Amino acid sequence: MSGATDRSELPLLRANGLTRFYGERIGCHDVSFELFPGEVLAIVGESGSGKTTLLNCLSTRLPPTAGAVEYRMRDGQMRDLFQLSEAERRLLMRTDWGFVHQNAADGLRMTVSAGANVGERLMAVGERHYGAIRGTALDWLSRVEIDETRIDDEPRAFSGGMRQRLQIARNLVTSPRLVFMDEPTGGLDVSVQARLLDLIRGLVTDLGLSVVIVTHDLAVARLLSHRLMVMRHGKVIETGLTDRVLDDPQAPYTQLLVSSILQV
Amino acid sequence: MSALDNTARADGSEGSYNFAYLDEQTKRMIRRAILKAIAVPGYQVPFASREMPMPYGWGTGGVQVTAAILGSDDVLKVIDQGSDDTTNAVSIRAFFEKTANVATTTHTAEATIIQTRHRIPERQLEEGQILVYQVPIPEPLRFLEPRETETRKMHALEEYGLMHVKLYEDIARHGHIATTYAYPVKVDGRYVMDPSPTPKFDNPKMHDMAALQLFGAGREKRIYAVPPYTRVESLDFEDHPFQVQRFDKPCALCAAEDVYLDEVILDDRGGRMFVCSDTDHCEERRTAGHRGEMAGEEIAARLSAGHASDGEDGQ
Repeated sequence: MSGATDRSELPLLRANGLTRFYGERIGCHDVSFELFPGEVLAIVGESGSGKTTLLNCLSTRLPPTAGAVEYRMRDGQMRDLFQLSEAERRLLMRTDWGFVHQNAADGLRMTVSAGANVGERLMAVGERHYGAIRGTALDWLSRVEIDETRIDDEPRAFSGGMRQRLQIARNLVTSPRLVFMDEPTGGLDVSVQARLLDLIRGLVTDLGLSVVIVTHDLAVARLLSHRLMVMRHGKVIETGLTDRVLDDPQAPYTQLLVSSILQV
Repeated sequence: MSALDNTARADGSEGSYNFAYLDEQTKRMIRRAILKAIAVPGYQVPFASREMPMPYGWGTGGVQVTAAILGSDDVLKVIDQGSDDTTNAVSIRAFFEKTANVATTTHTAEATIIQTRHRIPERQLEEGQILVYQVPIPEPLRFLEPRETETRKMHALEEYGLMHVKLYEDIARHGHIATTYAYPVKVDGRYVMDPSPTPKFDNPKMHDMAALQLFGAGREKRIYAVPPYTRVESLDFEDHPFQVQRFDKPCALCAAEDVYLDEVILDDRGGRMFVCSDTDHCEERRTAGHRGEMAGEEIAARLSAGHASDGEDGQ
């Protein structure tokens, strides 16, 4: 996927020297980057390389030990996320942001129906018309290719792929500008994975979303992302356009990573 | 320390009890919680709930609140599901007769403190009266969000979308809001509150009530309150507005309409009757001459006329 990013715009998200220690151990160390509107950034690396720690720090789910994360609010102001009040931060997380968990059960309410799962964010921002909420939920279910007759079923009755798509619908219903994804295709079989990737790619393009996606699967990064960040031992060791990094890896570890992809 | 020295003792052989069972320090602690609860309507104030001589779930929270506010000149009424004469009501009334030696009554109008389990009396309460609710689970968000840390945060930040998720589920499953008791309310436009498992029929009575409403949850160690004349709104959707239960027939004993009715099974052939859940209200009406279709006189007359085996038609 070629980088169709409008570079003339101002960055949406900026990380500066982001560091997180777990006691003596390093979670992630001195990570800085900018994310522009409509851009998809993939963070790749092996297990334990600090990808998820970085994602959690970016999304304010985890306070960093040092460094700052700034986000351009809808009013155009760049704000330090950790200086926001908790109320502002939580509002941001359920309106302007999305977070897609690897395990869909973490991001869904498993005991309420699919419709209520999609409608929850709407109700949280004050929508009080049942018919309208249900209408929006139906619309979103069809957009993520879930049969509309399943709207009153609980996600427990859904397959893994459906749960993941439901989780995406639930996140996108408030038209967020930035979505964090943590291994969204993990644990899915390859055909389901392919469909999900296709869906995500379509939605990202249609909605002009900015995405930070964590994955250990380079194929996912290749398909979805414009830019790539390779992490190892908590540090960013290489960054660049996805095609450039994957086709012409510079750092030895990236070369190893790329050469480790299984060929069928 | 001896808290007994300067406080009234219960009368008679149980003389070692402090007035109203609890010691004065405990009462003070509870009163502080009550004052805070009144100051922040609908907010659940934690308090150091004590062991009471009854099992959790039998009204330990309500009893502690009552004990803390009870004075020797108060007149106490205790109801359980609207009734003055069921086990819970009788034993709590007896408890305070014994430990506080206060006057008790079954008449709503005469009572200064009414401890209730799950009903609000039909008679409109007045200024100066206090309604004490026994609450099993004070947290309205509990069954949707099991984490206490999270529900507290949601209250603090006024994030109540989840409450509507529950109502949404009701409509999606049943076509209407099927929650009939413990129906969530918003107090004074701020805190969402569980009105305890009262039928939603009673929710409108909480709004702008002249009496003070106190809620005590003993096991969960929470006290909350609705001060007199406070806005209490039941949550709903624009296209599915809040509605109370409606009954097809009036009370079978006193013919009262617009009251909450209990179903009483009469036999094993489908025979049943609907009577006022508020027994005091029903008795007052019958004393005033109101007669429902199954009021005692008719049945007694029929019994004496030998038609007892006819039974009643299902209704």
